Amino acid sequence: MTARSLTRVRALLLGLGGIVLVGVAWDLYASFGPDAGVQLGGVLVLPRASATAMPSVGSMFGRLLDPVASGPGSPLLLTAVIQASLVTLGVAALGWVVGIVVGLALALLMQRFRTAESALLPWVILSQTVPLIALAPLVAGLISTARVGGQAPPLWVSVAIIASYLSFFPVSVGALRGLESPERAHVDLLRAYAVGWWPTIVRLRFPASVPYLLSSLRLAAANSVVGAVVAEVAIGMDGGIGRMMLSYAQSSSGDPAKAFGPIFGAIAVGLVSAGVVALLGAALGRYRRAEATA
Amino acid sequence: MNRSRRIALVAAVVATAALTVSGCSSSGTTSGSGGSASGGLTKVTLQLQWVAQAQFAGYYAAVDQGFYKKAGLDVTIKEAGTDTVPIQSVVKGQADYAISWVPKVLSSIEQGVNVTDVAQIFERSGTTQISMKDKGITSAADLEGKKVGSWGYGNQWELFAGMQKAGINTDSQISLVQQAFDMKGFLAGDIDAAQAMTYNEYAQVLETVNPATGKLYQPSELNVLNWNDEGTAMLQDAIWADAGRLQSDTAYQDTTTKFVKASIEGWVYARDNPQKAADIVTAAGSTLGTSHQLWMTNEVNKLIWPSTDGIGVIRAGQWKQTVSIAEKTKDNTGATIVTKAPPKSAYDNTYVKKALAQLKKEGVDTTGASFTPLTVELKEGGK
Repeated sequence: MTARSLTRVRALLLGLGGIVLVGVAWDLYASFGPDAGVQLGGVLVLPRASATAMPSVGSMFGRLLDPVASGPGSPLLLTAVIQASLVTLGVAALGWVVGIVVGLALALLMQRFRTAESALLPWVILSQTVPLIALAPLVAGLISTARVGGQAPPLWVSVAIIASYLSFFPVSVGALRGLESPERAHVDLLRAYAVGWWPTIVRLRFPASVPYLLSSLRLAAANSVVGAVVAEVAIGMDGGIGRMMLSYAQSSSGDPAKAFGPIFGAIAVGLVSAGVVALLGAALGRYRRAEATA
Repeated sequence: MNRSRRIALVAAVVATAALTVSGCSSSGTTSGSGGSASGGLTKVTLQLQWVAQAQFAGYYAAVDQGFYKKAGLDVTIKEAGTDTVPIQSVVKGQADYAISWVPKVLSSIEQGVNVTDVAQIFERSGTTQISMKDKGITSAADLEGKKVGSWGYGNQWELFAGMQKAGINTDSQISLVQQAFDMKGFLAGDIDAAQAMTYNEYAQVLETVNPATGKLYQPSELNVLNWNDEGTAMLQDAIWADAGRLQSDTAYQDTTTKFVKASIEGWVYARDNPQKAADIVTAAGSTLGTSHQLWMTNEVNKLIWPSTDGIGVIRAGQWKQTVSIAEKTKDNTGATIVTKAPPKSAYDNTYVKKALAQLKKEGVDTTGASFTPLTVELKEGGK
């Protein structure tokens, strides 16, 4: 085993160890902590450790292997969670891709024209100050009155648009920084050779922007997952992980472990999307001297 | 220099145009789906006030059993999200009808929304205030000095009216606790008397193991304050239609009668086949547990049946009581629902009476005088 792969194994073990440690800490507090929590001056400072408030880690995973409900044909909770996760992952991925396209287009526009940067950048930043709960019904309302071939578009279109609204921002800002990151001397050299704008972008600015882009893409992926989950809840889309959280929360006193199923699903969706960006990073490895922090 | 400036100007113009167009399309489109025929069926969209659950069993049953289709309607049911205001969907033309509580719509009407209650499906209120037996809360007056839970957001009015009717000063003589949408706060003792719908939160408590006995909580361990008995009940689930379209659009008037009639058939089906109705709702995408779903179907049936004047008829006395509470009751923020009585157009029995007459001719029992509820056994977690 080379030294490099050893470090990798070590990192993996440490990562797993960290997760186990959180689980053990949870279970220890759940079994030995006070059921009523700890109150200081009427304010709860330590959480309640009752089985309703903190089901054991074992029961959360065990619940995944039980059917969702008792009726005939009811799927395992795990199956239901995986199905819902795939729905949310699909919508979030769509939002992510749309966000990347829009973000890159804005970055190119702002890089090309200084005036466009002055005119657009404040709007780009302002756009992110609109709270999601104000935006979601607005987008849903606009989309549901639109007609494509006489039909209203399905709800997931609104969810994907909201996800893309959250994901275009880091891409546009990160890509703009990346496109403007080449050294002056390199830009001047290409200009001396009379290289046009687009070839300069392709040969110099894009490669230079990769380290910036990768961290923006990761942020964008996380944003679009959050956006998709929240938008599902806000506008009432059926089938995804956000909706599942909402409906399972109803049984959270009688069947507390069930509510954690969709939370695990959301974590899995987040991990998959981070993994996709990591793969992308590996593919773009030759442009990636060091990843810039966004 | 000049060139880039010109292009920037063009970009700015394009951006402005895009904003304007998207702004226009939101206000300009009022194409309701009702009236557009496809394959001989009239397309109708119904906006619910929450996600699919047995609270709406009748509408799902009417779709599943083909009652709407038989009436010439192709009905799409739209679930609500946390941000959905059902009545706004009707006003904006995104839906033809909406299900909503009367007091919530009364405040929208006062703000200028023009809608009509065309069928009062629930005759009774499902809102209660529940407490553990040892708190000794058997009437509204007993809430004095207690930690009283309230959801707010328009769900608090019967509670405030009930306490004020019992002579309690709701500003100083209770401690009001903001209640979450689960019953954990109640079970942990943060709340002495918690708001609970008979068909949902009350069941959630009965699906939870009582740590003291090791068995599920039993109805005998709880006190339930029912606002129907306390005299401060307000009208809940009703079918709302666009008042403007009702006035001018004869096709919509006709559709309304058909829609109300087929919806009533759905509710009659849910009364006579509660288990099947619960299964239909589950098949429509509700993720509630099986025993919880049946419980909800049964409790909702109790809110409808037996129906005094026939299901859907808006009874003047109950309407008056709802409006009077809406005008006079102040909640913890000092606000009332409305400042004056709503216009006459706020409810209209024309369509439901037509529907009931047709159903009577077909031999359908629309009062359910002999209705007897099931005894549903809840399982842990509602499974």
